[in-house]
Amino acid sequence: MYKILKKKTLAENIIMFEVKAPMVAKSAKPGQFVIVRIDEKGERIPLTICDYDKDLGTVTIVFQVVGASTKKMSKLSEGEFLLDFAGPLGNPSEFVSLNTDELKKKKFLFVAGGVGTAPVYPQVKYLREKGIDCDVVIGTRNKDLVILKDEIEALGCRLYICTDDGSLGFKGRVTDFMKKLFDEGNSYDEVVAIGPMIMMKFVCLLTKEYNIKTTVSLNSIMVDGTGMCGACRVTVGGETKFTCTDGPEFDGHLVDFDEAINRQNMFKDEEVRRLHHSRECSCF
Amino acid sequence: MERVPVRELDAKERIKSFNEVCLGYSEEEAIKEASRCLNCKSANCVKKCPVGIDIPKFIDHIKKGEFKEAAEVIFMYNNLPSICGRVCPQEIQCEGGCVLKNKGQAVAIGKLERFVGDYVLENNLDVVKRKPMNGKKVAVVGSGPAGLSCASTLATLGYQVTIYEALHEAGGVLVYGIPEFRLPKEKIVKREIENLIKLGVQIKTNVIVGRTVTINQLMDEMGYDAIFIGTGAGLPKFMGIKGENANGVFSANEFLTRANLMRAFLDEYDTPLKIGKKVAVVGGGNVAMDAARTAVRLGAEVHIVYRRTEEEMPARLEEIHHAKEEGVIFDILTNPVEILKDDKGWVKGMVLRKMELKDADETGRRTPVEIEGSDYTEEFDTVIMAIGTVPNPIITYTTNEIKINNRKCIIVEEETGETTMEGVYAGGDAVTGAATVILAMEAGKKAAYAIHKKCHPGEM
Ligand SMILES: Cc1cc2nc3c(=O)[nH]c(=O)nc-3n(C[C@H](O)[C@H](O)[C@H](O)COP(=O)(O)OP(=O)(O)OC[C@H]3O[C@@H](n4cnc5c(N)ncnc54)[C@H](O)[C@@H]3O)c2cc1C
Ligand SMILES: Cc1cc2nc3c(=O)[nH]c(=O)nc-3n(C[C@H](O)[C@H](O)[C@H](O)COP(=O)(O)OP(=O)(O)OC[C@H]3O[C@@H](n4cnc5c(N)ncnc54)[C@H](O)[C@@H]3O)c2cc1C
Ligand code: SF4
Ligand code: SF4
Ligand code: FES
Ligand SMILES: [Mg+2]
Repeated sequence: MYKILKKKTLAENIIMFEVKAPMVAKSAKPGQFVIVRIDEKGERIPLTICDYDKDLGTVTIVFQVVGASTKKMSKLSEGEFLLDFAGPLGNPSEFVSLNTDELKKKKFLFVAGGVGTAPVYPQVKYLREKGIDCDVVIGTRNKDLVILKDEIEALGCRLYICTDDGSLGFKGRVTDFMKKLFDEGNSYDEVVAIGPMIMMKFVCLLTKEYNIKTTVSLNSIMVDGTGMCGACRVTVGGETKFTCTDGPEFDGHLVDFDEAINRQNMFKDEEVRRLHHSRECSCF
Repeated sequence: MERVPVRELDAKERIKSFNEVCLGYSEEEAIKEASRCLNCKSANCVKKCPVGIDIPKFIDHIKKGEFKEAAEVIFMYNNLPSICGRVCPQEIQCEGGCVLKNKGQAVAIGKLERFVGDYVLENNLDVVKRKPMNGKKVAVVGSGPAGLSCASTLATLGYQVTIYEALHEAGGVLVYGIPEFRLPKEKIVKREIENLIKLGVQIKTNVIVGRTVTINQLMDEMGYDAIFIGTGAGLPKFMGIKGENANGVFSANEFLTRANLMRAFLDEYDTPLKIGKKVAVVGGGNVAMDAARTAVRLGAEVHIVYRRTEEEMPARLEEIHHAKEEGVIFDILTNPVEILKDDKGWVKGMVLRKMELKDADETGRRTPVEIEGSDYTEEFDTVIMAIGTVPNPIITYTTNEIKINNRKCIIVEEETGETTMEGVYAGGDAVTGAATVILAMEAGKKAAYAIHKKCHPGEM
């Protein structure tokens, strides 16, 4: 059992938990994720590690309420428990294996879509702690959905915000804004894009044009997260890879996004059915 | 005298539930069946059992109604008889060696072993003898049959044992793979695991060794005297044909895990599973039969698609027989060449090619070859790939000292099970590739004794 030490609502339907999980905290690195199970009947839910404190033995996760399980999880309060919390899973971000000198030669642009800001945070934090230059773009539908703005600004990087309705920052999509950045003469060695699949797809199309290496973090459907089921398979550079053990980060220019998007929708109707079954729902 | 038939649920009834199909022998039936054994000297059945159980001896005890004594004999060789009695491929092992095997009249050794194992569980008998604690600590990675048997052997030898398991539940394939209707979870698997806990073994779930904690950390920081790796061979293979990543194509492991471990077929559980009306299962082993029979219970018309004939199928005979009784259709000498998708990216069918068998290769197995121009299309809603697995990768990805061979299996010293890293042992499917429960158990036990020999030389 893993205790929820802190709960905070970051935006409508976006919730942060700080969970006591000392073994996970001790080994966690940027880019990795955990698998959570709420209770005996719960499914295994993959969530990116958003922050960790090795001394306090805590791991922070941020999730968006999108279906039955995340809704159930959103009802838990501080002091309550998650039944299972397994991790860290997946490979750390590639840059974790580089030394500071190698990193200092690079300039990173992080592009976060919505709740994807959560997984971007530990990566930027890691790099900033080593004094590496990073720019960050966050894109959301409107200003109320922007999360972790102050936290990312506090890391001392340039932060740009784009909203669809223009309620904060640039009005338009992240790709429009990136194009503007590039065309104004900003140059980057590497782009890291994390957010909805469709956003990552379009970011990659753009960066391909500009010939900038781009890393994406895929959120394919998973079951075990240990390489045992193949639910998370994606085609990367024409080969089948397992997101959980080969990823979750891949070279975005090689990912078959159309297939990945399709696979993510695999259980859409089934999930609607499950939402109706859960006692919480009163929409019928 | 004829082999005593074992009671089974009727096929029409059993496909409506996940209840165990084979009901096993009663005491009277067991005694009657045991009395058929000729108590052979240098019995061939024993030679064909991978762990060499003294079969005539335990059966002789059953004959006399001495069930506890029968158990004591079995437990000298095998500490999970309820499980092996249910899942061993007896027809090619013990029963395949029985002098009475002609005309299918071999003594029902597996069913008798199961009877004894269940008798021990039902009556809470204590049949294993324990040595006092010796102050040494061993970490066991993975809780499948290899890990369970290594842990229980070490615990009885006086070691403090901790099992680390990546999933949220212990048991390995016994819980996530083999379905309830063949191996009941609450009644058998969980009871076996509880017995292990009673022996003082600690089980820590949600620990992915290689990620949560590394082998080196277990050795250096956590002070284990030895480590046993029993991480299995769970990584599914795919065929590499066009359309294989379409929605509705699952590995057998995914399908079975959703159904067994996550209980997706019950409404009150949250894990989704979509199956459709017509399902193809590609493969001919136990895994394929389990997937097919699970799909039958979820209400589908199910086809086994296999490129050889029934004769070459590696599945247990009983499973093939049960699958047929339950209405599974066998499309033999058939191989998929492409999976067809609809405009939403879902499976809508397969292009299949007919095969014929050519002369046997060096392994004695006849090789299938394609018949040119025989392609045809058949509609399916779901395709389940059950064409094999390779060892789980995480530990060997993250521990360079542990070497693997070109089949991705961990290399060990034959005699002891020790890996290329000192003090670290391995066994089961992680070493052999996908094999059997009894071989995994035996490997776990062998490594336990090797660890004991190293920690306490001279005290064997
Ligand atoms: C490596 C990884 C990291 C992730 N990190 C985060 C994160 O930090 N914050 C966050 O809010 N979400 C994250 N997700 C997505 C999150 O797992 C899903 O939103 C969640 O499982 C939805 O469950 P549900 O029952 O509430 O919704 P459902 O109604 O079941 O599903 C809604 C949508 O969520 C996705 N989904 C459903 N089940 C799974 C599953 N088992 N695995 C992956 N996706 C699924 C599908 O796209 C589905 O259409 C991550 C996913 C992966 C694979
Ligand atoms: C569907 C199916 C049906 C089968 N039917 C039969 C049958 O009828 N008869 C028969 O004899 N055999 C059968 N088999 C084969 C048999 O189950 C296996 O040979 C046996 O389970 C292997 O045991 P094991 O202990 O080596 O590994 P497994 O049972 O695979 O257990 C390995 C365990 O290690 C865990 N693990 C993996 N990596 C890590 C890690 N890094 N850290 C921590 N834990 C980890 C896994 O989660 C798993 O729990 C079947 C297999 C399947 C899949
Ligand atoms: S362990 Fe398996 S092979 Fe050996 S006697 Fe028992 S059922 Fe037969
Ligand atoms: S070979 Fe058959 S009859 Fe002979 S001892 Fe073994 S089980 Fe009994
Ligand atoms: S989630 Fe099962 S293999 Fe990746
Ligand atoms: Mg869900």
